[in-house]
Parts: sequence; C-alpha cells; structure tokens
Amino acid sequence: MFKDKACIVGVGETPFCRKPGSGLSEMGIQLKASLSALEDAGLKAAQIDGILPFPNVGKAEAFAASLGCENLRFAATLHMGGAAPVGSLRMAAMAVTSGAADYVMVPGGWNGYSGARVRETAANDVNSIPGGEIARDFYLPFGLTAPPQWYALMARRHMHEYGTTEEQLGAVALAMRKHAQLNPAAVMHGKPLTMADYLASPMISSPYRLLDCCVETDGAAAFIVTTVERARDLRRKPVYVMGAAAGQPYPADEITNRADFHRTGLTNAAPEAFRMAGVTPADADFAQIYDCFTFEVIQQLEEAGFCKRGEGGAFVEHGGIELGGRLPVNTHGGLLSQAHVLGISHVVEAVRQLRGEAGARQVADAEIGVVTGWGDFGDGSIAVLRR
Amino acid sequence: MSENAMPYDKPLPSLTGLHGEFYAWCRDRELRFQRCTGCGRYRHVPRDICAHCSSMEWEWARSSGRGTVFTWTEVVRALHPAFAAATPYAPVVVEMEEGVRLLSRVVDCAAGELAIGMPVEVDFLEVGDAVTLPVFRRSVL
Repeated sequence: MFKDKACIVGVGETPFCRKPGSGLSEMGIQLKASLSALEDAGLKAAQIDGILPFPNVGKAEAFAASLGCENLRFAATLHMGGAAPVGSLRMAAMAVTSGAADYVMVPGGWNGYSGARVRETAANDVNSIPGGEIARDFYLPFGLTAPPQWYALMARRHMHEYGTTEEQLGAVALAMRKHAQLNPAAVMHGKPLTMADYLASPMISSPYRLLDCCVETDGAAAFIVTTVERARDLRRKPVYVMGAAAGQPYPADEITNRADFHRTGLTNAAPEAFRMAGVTPADADFAQIYDCFTFEVIQQLEEAGFCKRGEGGAFVEHGGIELGGRLPVNTHGGLLSQAHVLGISHVVEAVRQLRGEAGARQVADAEIGVVTGWGDFGDGSIAVLRR
Repeated sequence: MSENAMPYDKPLPSLTGLHGEFYAWCRDRELRFQRCTGCGRYRHVPRDICAHCSSMEWEWARSSGRGTVFTWTEVVRALHPAFAAATPYAPVVVEMEEGVRLLSRVVDCAAGELAIGMPVEVDFLEVGDAVTLPVFRRSVL
C-alpha cells in the first residue's frame, strides 16, 4: 500500500526526568519535542499540514495553533494508548502517500512522573480507561484497577500454559537495564541491575514485581513523516516505512472473555506489516518492543512472529534480546529503563539505529528494524523500517 | 454474608442498563448471564447483541454457579486509593461451566493457595444496600 513510499525525516526528544519534573505543560513538553524534530528534518512549522496528537494535548487544532502550522488539513487522534505512536506512524504514511497531507507531525509525551501519575489516577476517570463502563462495573469493584494488574493476569496464564518463569521475566528487565547503561539519556543510566536485585524487588501485582514495571517519566518525543520524493530535499537521510499495521484483540474492550487469551492486536497486525514489507521477522536487525511490563515483551515477540507462542521465555534468556544476542531489543533501554513516554521513544530509537547514530549501543550495520506499540487491553501496532 | 459495619468506600458498579440488570440478579443472590435465544450461547459482559449470530433476542439464564480459576494476580501494592487498606488481595478470573469468564475474588482462599483449574462456586457479598457482588468460594466438590 505505502511500502517504501513514506519515510521518517525528523525525530526529536526532550530530556527525560523523574524529578523535579519537566516544568512544562503536557502540551508544552510535546511542542518542545516537535521543535526538535523540525530542526532535525530541516522543516519549518508552517510546512506541517498534518498532526496526529496523543489525546492528552486535546485537539490537534490547539497544537497547530501553538506550533504555527498555518495550513493544517489532516488531523486525527488514535485512542490506542501506548499503541498510538506506531499506529500514528502508519496513519501518517497512509496520509502522505494518499496526498491527504505533505508533512505529518506525530508528537507524544507527558509529565508521567511529576504530573498526575497513572498508578494513582488510571481508574478515576471512566472515560479515560480502557473498557470504560465495563471496567467501572465489572473490574473496579473487585480491585482490578490498573495496567500491571490487567497484564499480570495474562502473564500468569502464560506461565501456567508454557512454563514461562520469573527469571525469564527478569531477563527482560536486565536486558533493558543493560542497554540503558549505554544510553546517557536513560533515566536508569548508571544504575545497573542484577537478577538478585530483580528477584528481591517488591511484588506489585504478582507475578509483576517493581522491576517488571516501566519507569514513570516526564518527557516527550516527536517524529515527522513525509513522502520519499519530498524527503530528497530535506536535511537527513530518510528512514523508509517498509510496512506498518495496527490491530485489536477480540474483544478489545474486555480482557477476560477472549477465546484465545493470548491473542492481542499485534497477532493480526504483525503478519500484515511483514507481508507489506516483503520481509520476515528473521530479517530484522533489531526490534524496539513496547515494554510497559516485562511479560509484554515476551508476548509481543511471540505474537509478532519472532518466535513461536510459548517460546518467548526461552527467546529472551541468556542474552537473547541483548546487544550481541539473536535480536537486540530496546537498545535505548525501553520504557523499563530509558523512559516511559508512551512508546514514541521506540520510534525515535529505531530511526537513530537505522541512521547509525546510536553511539555505544549501535547495532552494527543495522538495515532493518521493527518497532511495536501496545496499549489499553492489548491494542497493537507495528512498523517495519529500513535505512 | 455482609461486610462489617465500616462504611464501604470501594468503587461500586453503576446499576444502570444491562449492567444494572446483572447486578439486580446478584442482589437476589442469583448469578445469571445473558443467553442468546438464537444460538443458545452465553455471554458476559452484558451486550445488546449476540456477537456470534447477531440475534438481539436473549434471556437472563441462571448459571450453575460453578467454575474454575482461569488466572489471577495478587495485588500487593494497591494502585487505587480505595484499596490501600485491602492489600494483599487477589482479583481472579473464573471460567464458568457455561463457558463465560468473569473477574471476581475467591473470598475464602489466600492468594498463595490459588491455582489455575481450582474449582470454585459462586457466593454473594453485600457491599451496600443496593449492591451485591458475585464472589467465589472454594468448591467442596
């Protein structure tokens, strides 16, 4: 559909912090990241005519007014939680290749640490939580109130069916933390982690311990998508979108009654994206996998086809997803150890790897990379990118 | 059974629409699920239409009340202020004999004793004048 016709031409990020906070509003911090992406691309704000903002900045109109996009003609917001940035990448590729827009800005971020923290507020607004009235009436009264609890139900069942172990969950945490030691921008830079540390960390919602959970962070990132033709006039070498797709679990609004309990949005989206790209998971030189919690990495590696279902635990063990392993995953440290800015930093890191700009954590000669998003009760998105 | 005399401060379900009808049956100490009168399938959570055969005709059919533990999590750190004093507790997904699953709690069993496949049967917990929650106990069978 848009294979190799759309590309990412600019990326930007703010610093990530866990105290004292960004000092900016959630709109402000995303505008700051967007300015950085414009500078990277060599574009002016007035050239941006498409915006796909995360819901927390409100409507795209306000974002366009602040940034100075005088010719906004394409705007939409995906309600897919952490799957939105990669879903928006796909939508941006559709927009620029169809002619609906020339340059699409995708911003994302929040004051995830200093602002209203997810762990305290997720269940307070029925309209903001996945499932909405279903969650209010059938989950909250029983104390199922927040993401680590939802996904712990999935992890427990997977451990039961496939023998996935706590140490395998820990291997994901360790890999992300190891990569963060190579990334000065990561909030966990300078804080290495051992399996003993992992196993000693306090339980949050079993089997999830504290160190199975991502780090709530203030920060934002942004990227710009245009056509390959327009990219020729820009500052940077483009990163091509080979394929992208998004999908939903069934039912997407209810977590317990899935005939196939392990099927997520990615289960259908990944084959579609790889088919469009004309490559297989084995062709990827690295993957940036949305790692809100450790098990979600294992699950997405399986559902994306990097290994068979049930083999994800073995896949991540013994350095399998570390730099130098069979598939380096989350080379920036991921949500678990770099920063949780709603998954958009996974796109930025993929672009940096494919540009050869990843410094000490560079995957040698990286040519093809995969990035995923995961949100709500298992919404999925995926993009296959190449240099 | 009912909770102690302390005011109940945890989130309560709304009692409107089909969700309210489900809880109205619970208040009568009956666990009922929608059953499609077109294809006979049970469904939960309540919905207007059968996703299998598209029939909009259905009835509230009484459940056997028996099921097995499908999965669970032990919440050690509360992530909602109303549950801060309730930890540790374990939300459990129960798979019913009718094939539907629901999120609940096993009230007579510590999390460490829970096991996938464990048989359970429904009981009812009054949490206010208007609301009774379906909960579970270990099955003696």
